[in-house]
Amino acid sequence: MDPLMPPPVRRIALDREPTVVGRSSNGSGSGLAPTVTAPAVEGEERVKRPPAREVLERMRIEGVWLAYGERWVVRDVSLPVRRGEVLALIGASGSGKTTLLRSLNRLTEITAGAVRAGQVTLDGEEIAQIEVNSLRRRVAMVFQQPNPFPMSIFENVAYALREEHPPGGRRKRLSRKELEPRVIDALARAGLYEEVAGNLDHPALRLSGGQQQRLCIARALAVKPEVLLLDEPCSALDPISTATIEDLIVGLRESVAIVIVTHNLQQAMRVADHVAFMHLGELVEYGPSEQVFDHPREARTKEYVSGAFG
Amino acid sequence: MRAWPLADRLAYAMCWTVGAGLCLITAAIVLFMAVKGIAYLRPSLLLEHPSASQSQAGSGGFLDPIEGTLLLTAVGIAIAAPVGVALATWMSEYQRPAWLARAVESSVEMISGAPSVLLAMFGLVLFARPALAFLSQTSAGGSVYGKSFLTAGAMMSLIALPLVVASTREALLQVPAHVREASYALGKTKATTIRKVLLPSVRPSIASGVTLGIGRIVGDTAIVVILLGATIRTEGAGGAPILSVLRGTGGTLTSYVRYNSPAGEGNAHEKAYAAAFVLLLMVLALNLLVMRLSSTTRKDETSRFRVLGILPWTR
Repeated sequence: MDPLMPPPVRRIALDREPTVVGRSSNGSGSGLAPTVTAPAVEGEERVKRPPAREVLERMRIEGVWLAYGERWVVRDVSLPVRRGEVLALIGASGSGKTTLLRSLNRLTEITAGAVRAGQVTLDGEEIAQIEVNSLRRRVAMVFQQPNPFPMSIFENVAYALREEHPPGGRRKRLSRKELEPRVIDALARAGLYEEVAGNLDHPALRLSGGQQQRLCIARALAVKPEVLLLDEPCSALDPISTATIEDLIVGLRESVAIVIVTHNLQQAMRVADHVAFMHLGELVEYGPSEQVFDHPREARTKEYVSGAFG
Repeated sequence: MRAWPLADRLAYAMCWTVGAGLCLITAAIVLFMAVKGIAYLRPSLLLEHPSASQSQAGSGGFLDPIEGTLLLTAVGIAIAAPVGVALATWMSEYQRPAWLARAVESSVEMISGAPSVLLAMFGLVLFARPALAFLSQTSAGGSVYGKSFLTAGAMMSLIALPLVVASTREALLQVPAHVREASYALGKTKATTIRKVLLPSVRPSIASGVTLGIGRIVGDTAIVVILLGATIRTEGAGGAPILSVLRGTGGTLTSYVRYNSPAGEGNAHEKAYAAAFVLLLMVLALNLLVMRLSSTTRKDETSRFRVLGILPWTR
């Protein structure tokens, strides 16, 4: 064999049953190790999450097409977004999942040349009809890179709350005393309050990465949104911060509808109730996460989930 | 280094030569001024007003020029700083209409390249118009004098403007897009985002741009000589307390140095050296301040918002 030739890449056999790590119900092939469970985090056991008590449809995406200039990035996607469940958008890079997520709070409008066709409704109202800033207070977003503003922790969370516009009333400047309970509530919901309770005036940029991302989540939760959009929130974080935030997401779904875009299939498995698999802009498959991962209907989904491409 | 090709070794030697030479020249200038200045500088010079007198002993110090420098700088920066920050913000965030953005950018570059004597001549013609007579004195015959702290300060602000604009704009472009998007995603308008998030995060760059502008204003001679009247003492115009000084003429350290140097009319070389030394100290202090402001990341800012070190002006 030519010594300069690299060894062949391991081919993944597609004709076998897909073996997904972590599923005890799946019959694994011969010779494989018994099912591996996720490593314990600080001695806690990973329990399978129970389904939410009540599920209520918040947003409906119907036949949405999105284009940047001449290129269609999202083609004819229809999905429901419900409170009480976590919807994960999975797919390879360039599949349009981030664009679809950003269109839900009309953040795509910032880019010149973005075009949207189709209907997206929030509680029955078409989002193009809702005033954009009040829409963005009802549909909040957390980004991939933690991006706290260069202010204190309190100011970061209060930023979203200041200078409210009560309908019909005059713009009122809120004082710190009025804001404090709401800020503390948002920090508690984001699981950050115990760690920062001592000093809320600490500069936000001095927190660790995981804490900064939880601060961004607290900031998004401060306005009590109906839907929370998460764009790969844990991709820049270490596993322990990731685990904390994933627990947070599962806990929040009772009160907020959650849509999460993730590259990490295992994360989707841990966190999601429903999964939508997108490929090159099209919605290939949508269903409960057990079904999509264990018994995918489409061949493309099977290939992606088993790692044939990505 | 032995293994380097010849061209690389030659280039390395040239770098060393040029760098060392530059350091030597700078050191020579500073040392020369320091030696001459310390020889002639006395505390009384800093505290006495200049006065017309036959003998050098009675002609006083240069307190008025120092005051003039400070006042002129204050006027120039008071105009340049807000206008510069506003321009930079508009160029970085709005940029509409596109033709206007291009025109503004070219104009700022052109002003930064214009010799200050050119701006001074323009100011001379502009401020002699009767419509702008309120900025300076009007003589008894009806002609507008056109030379005052206000007019010179206005032209000085043009000198400092490109530095503030460049520094602020560079820093604004460095702020990552997702920070702005995070603010929009919270339902905030563009104006609020700029006011509450972007400008506070580029404060160090604004500060260093402003300091560079101050440095340039302090060192400028042409505008002072032509547009400030270059009188030895600050001469007020009219009776109003602050306005009379602003509308009056005066001198700064730079015009004082020129006046007393062998090339000027005065004969007090010693005082010229002393004043030049004081001027050099001011400029060095300002440059040190710029370096401190632009190179240290402040403790509460991570490297994501790192502050750019900007190129010092070369004039």
